[in-house]
Amino acid sequence: MKKIAILSAAILLMASFVKTGYNVGDKAIDFKLKNVDGKMVSMADYKNAKGFIVTFTCNHCPFAKAYEDRIIALNAKYASLGYPVIAINPNDPKQVDEDSYTNMQKRAKDKNYTFPYLIDETQDIARSFGAAHTPHVYVLQKFGSEYLVKYIGAIDDNSNDPSAAKEKYVEDAVNDLLAGKSVRLPATKAIGCSIKWKS
Amino acid sequence: MKIIRNTGLLFFICMQTSFLWHRVNAVNISDLQKEIIKNNDTLYVVNFWATWCAPCVKELPSFKAVYTRYASNKVKMIYVSLNSMQELAKVEKFAEDNSLKPEVLLLNENNPNSWINKIDSGWSGTIPATGIYRNGKKIYFQEGDFTEDKLNNLIQAKLNKP
Repeated sequence: MKKIAILSAAILLMASFVKTGYNVGDKAIDFKLKNVDGKMVSMADYKNAKGFIVTFTCNHCPFAKAYEDRIIALNAKYASLGYPVIAINPNDPKQVDEDSYTNMQKRAKDKNYTFPYLIDETQDIARSFGAAHTPHVYVLQKFGSEYLVKYIGAIDDNSNDPSAAKEKYVEDAVNDLLAGKSVRLPATKAIGCSIKWKS
Repeated sequence: MKIIRNTGLLFFICMQTSFLWHRVNAVNISDLQKEIIKNNDTLYVVNFWATWCAPCVKELPSFKAVYTRYASNKVKMIYVSLNSMQELAKVEKFAEDNSLKPEVLLLNENNPNSWINKIDSGWSGTIPATGIYRNGKKIYFQEGDFTEDKLNNLIQAKLNKP
């Protein structure tokens, strides 16, 4: 019995060194994270959703700021179609005070966020997903109680100027899913601020 | 006369400023590749950074220190700013204030998805990130920041092993 315990501890330890994170096609785990209104939020709470636009973002990062209005617009456009935005701040506020829970509450109120803005205090969800920077988007499609990763990457192809964006990756992905098609470009790369991991 | 003298003075000041001003060239991805993929035995240490990126700014002194140490060797630091074109003046001022040498470029590309893989297919796009090139080949790539010791040891190792 003791041997099994040691063995499973060793396996767990080994697993923790393997690079984590989802690829397109993987099943994503649900989470239970605290929203800016103090309530806990899980994907399972959304009975009628067809999927989610899970967006790792934060207050301080210039790229996250540049994309903030576009994240708000994504929720305005797709929540009613079954793909709401769930924003998650994974940063350690000890490293960046601007990303503290209180400052998240303030930001969500100032900008009238119409979607949850959750704090990933343990950073476990960002690690499970494999989020590397902010903003970093995961489009998930819901199948019963399972959530399949259908798109990972950038929101569009122009962080500086929304009106100059030619390819709107997240919109294209959600539109494809809504049309019952496979996502035309399932993964893109973007420059962003590194997630501030706890040391 | 006074006007002429003042104009002359202004001209003189402008000349001085442009002489001291740290020039930052804006380049596209193929220009950048031409700068770093060269058929010679110089080590091109290419650091991707931005003025808004706190961990990038924090590691710059390590790069400067290592560059000073190996200045007489075949080592060239190229600081590639990922700031937007609108921030070119800001990058020039930063480069000047922080004496970034010998070369600072601004990568003028809008769509990271089109060029990140050309630098390294394993790169997520998070900065800082650093690549080392020699004889037209990429011989090292790292996503994440460097300590001075780590960078120093790496450069030393690469110089020892041509």
